[in-house]
Amino acid sequence: MSGQQHARPAPVGGSLFNATTLVCGVLIAVMATIILVRLIFGLGATTNLNDGYSWGAWVVVDVFIGSALACGGFSVALLVYIFNKGQYHPLVRPALLGSLFGYTLAGAAITFDLGRWWNFWHIFWPGYFNVNSVMFEVAACITLYIIVMWIEFSPVFLEKLGLHDARRKLGKLLFFFIALGIVLPMMHQASLGTMLVVMGGQVNALWQTPMQPLIYLLSAIILGYGVVLFESCVAASAYRRQVEVSMLNPMARVMLGIMAFYLLVRFADLIARGVLGQAFQPSFIALAFWIENACFIAPFLLIRTVDARRNPARLFLAGIAVMLGGILLRLNGFLIAFDTGPGWTYFPSVPELLVTIGIFAAEVLGYIVITRRFPVLPRAESYARPARS
Amino acid sequence: MRTETRKPASDGKPRRKFLKGCLGAAGTAVAGGAIGTLSTPAAARDTHHRPPEALGLLYDATLCIGCKACVAACKQANDNPPEFSTVDKLWDTPLDTSGHTFNIIKMYRHGTMTTKDAESNGYAFMKTSCMHCADPSCVSACPVTAMTKDPVTGVVAYDPDACVGCRYCVVACPFGIPKYQYDSPTGKIGKCELCRHRVADGHFSACAEVCPTGATLHGRTRDLLIEAKRRLALPAGSLTRYPRGSIDGGPEQGYEGHVGNYQQHVYGEHEYGGTQVLKLSAVPFEKVGMPNLPPESSAATSETIQHTLYGGLLMPFAVLGAMTYVAKRNVHHDQEEDDDGGGDPNSPAATTGPGREWS
Repeated sequence: MSGQQHARPAPVGGSLFNATTLVCGVLIAVMATIILVRLIFGLGATTNLNDGYSWGAWVVVDVFIGSALACGGFSVALLVYIFNKGQYHPLVRPALLGSLFGYTLAGAAITFDLGRWWNFWHIFWPGYFNVNSVMFEVAACITLYIIVMWIEFSPVFLEKLGLHDARRKLGKLLFFFIALGIVLPMMHQASLGTMLVVMGGQVNALWQTPMQPLIYLLSAIILGYGVVLFESCVAASAYRRQVEVSMLNPMARVMLGIMAFYLLVRFADLIARGVLGQAFQPSFIALAFWIENACFIAPFLLIRTVDARRNPARLFLAGIAVMLGGILLRLNGFLIAFDTGPGWTYFPSVPELLVTIGIFAAEVLGYIVITRRFPVLPRAESYARPARS
Repeated sequence: MRTETRKPASDGKPRRKFLKGCLGAAGTAVAGGAIGTLSTPAAARDTHHRPPEALGLLYDATLCIGCKACVAACKQANDNPPEFSTVDKLWDTPLDTSGHTFNIIKMYRHGTMTTKDAESNGYAFMKTSCMHCADPSCVSACPVTAMTKDPVTGVVAYDPDACVGCRYCVVACPFGIPKYQYDSPTGKIGKCELCRHRVADGHFSACAEVCPTGATLHGRTRDLLIEAKRRLALPAGSLTRYPRGSIDGGPEQGYEGHVGNYQQHVYGEHEYGGTQVLKLSAVPFEKVGMPNLPPESSAATSETIQHTLYGGLLMPFAVLGAMTYVAKRNVHHDQEEDDDGGGDPNSPAATTGPGREWS
């Protein structure tokens, strides 16, 4: 199995100043300005939020969708460390890096969406926090997970700085943080689904179910693999490397398996609750439902066979389809199929969109800086070199 | 240079089974928690009901004349600024409750609007303010206990000093009551707290105090419920005595009036486990903006899921234990390799490194 030979991670190198990083820098500066305006003049001055749609792009896109898209690290760790599929090991660091930025920025994003952000610490303070609240569980769990991920990722910095002693000591404890890094996202990704439950009849029956925690957890795992497919293809193309098809191919198969189970749960729940009929009404909501689920079904057509999964373009498209499906599951539940009464409408304002774009720009910039300067991506040479035994 | 051996060694199979078992257990836990809410698991949290001394209001839409004295009194009692919906901005004209308007009278209009309290070609009024639920969604949703329910009076109160402004209460409430002050960088949540700050001075809810017809009546909810059912039992058009202000305000506060053509439904008796504000109407409640709610609260469903999954942190720790055990075994080989190659990431041995013994 010489094809399984792994490359050790190494910095990609190259200049940090190019068109991409420059654009990212400008977008981040714009975001910073808008955040400043928001802090001085309030949410009303910068957003289209209203009392009918109290959660807009900054919560639903930046946090709920952003954190789900940042599940790559969790999904790959599950595969490598729990199911002991060592062949995927080179995917761990890049996936974890994506997660690290996704979550850290989601955490930062929620802070300036908070109307009374200076009280933020109450969420962690006994006497204030409310263990019955789904929001408490999500907030506490995400914060803990961000810390755990920085610890999980710190070997990269320790290696770079040549602190081998600290690296070795941390290495002996790393298994515990890896375990935490699997349990914590399982908890809060499930709870993000539970968040819909208390909203009751305001959420359309196609998305309002006590099975939501399982649906959200499964979709987060699937999304993790989808994002790895997407990221691997983009990174390979941007850094002019070969796509790691030998790893992505079997990983995509795992993804399809979990996705089949996901669809089974999703539709069994709708049938059991007797609301599937609503998906066949001629309504915009029903259309949104079918587009969402079509995104989860499409990969079965795109990458069903081994041959199809060897095609990077198909892997890339399947990754995008899965990401879209996960995005729509969350958008539908929290915004599109959320009806709080007549008279309320919401579409994000330009400043809201610019902040959301700025956050994704910060993720891209962070990814570029870290992969170019720190040992994250597998060394490129190994692809050119013939395998030896 | 070692190569991937990837041998499913003899002990590999049972272990993989164990691993799958672990993960299966975790998955089943989540699924079980979710399914559990449909049946009745040990952690099931029943819908709360009103405390015996719960305070509330009875709003009788057939008595309301739409004078909006209660809207003005509420503004004054809560020290809220006026809100304008007209060009001239002469006086307070809010169209809905907001972060600065906690009480409002809305109007139902149909066709020619000839007859009061008629569903077709008629009009009717409806009060919009906090229902003070027996099992409030906002209290369950709030991550920092800024929304609380008084154990004695049952009043749902808000503490801005605790609030983080996440607005989950705004999203969670089925009546759309808690509202955020978007116009301020230090905005608070605004909602009716049944004038709990005026009780010390011997007052009760300002809206009930000023209501000239007794359409809004203050009192213990259990007394108000008896009064509501008394009215429903009377034949429409007959004469009866209506109390004003507070239900225990005495007969001199009351007056004699005609019984309305009620819908035979006390809104708030059973909705979401009951609310402390009760409503009577001649027009069907859905048509005057009151949602159709089941007797079980969504807070109970939500908390049952949370307690089933995270009660005492038993399940998270069990899963963490299993994951730690498995991760320790699997990271071990990885680590040895990292240690011997870790000295120089550019050394040839380190370049291709892994060859982990996955056994």
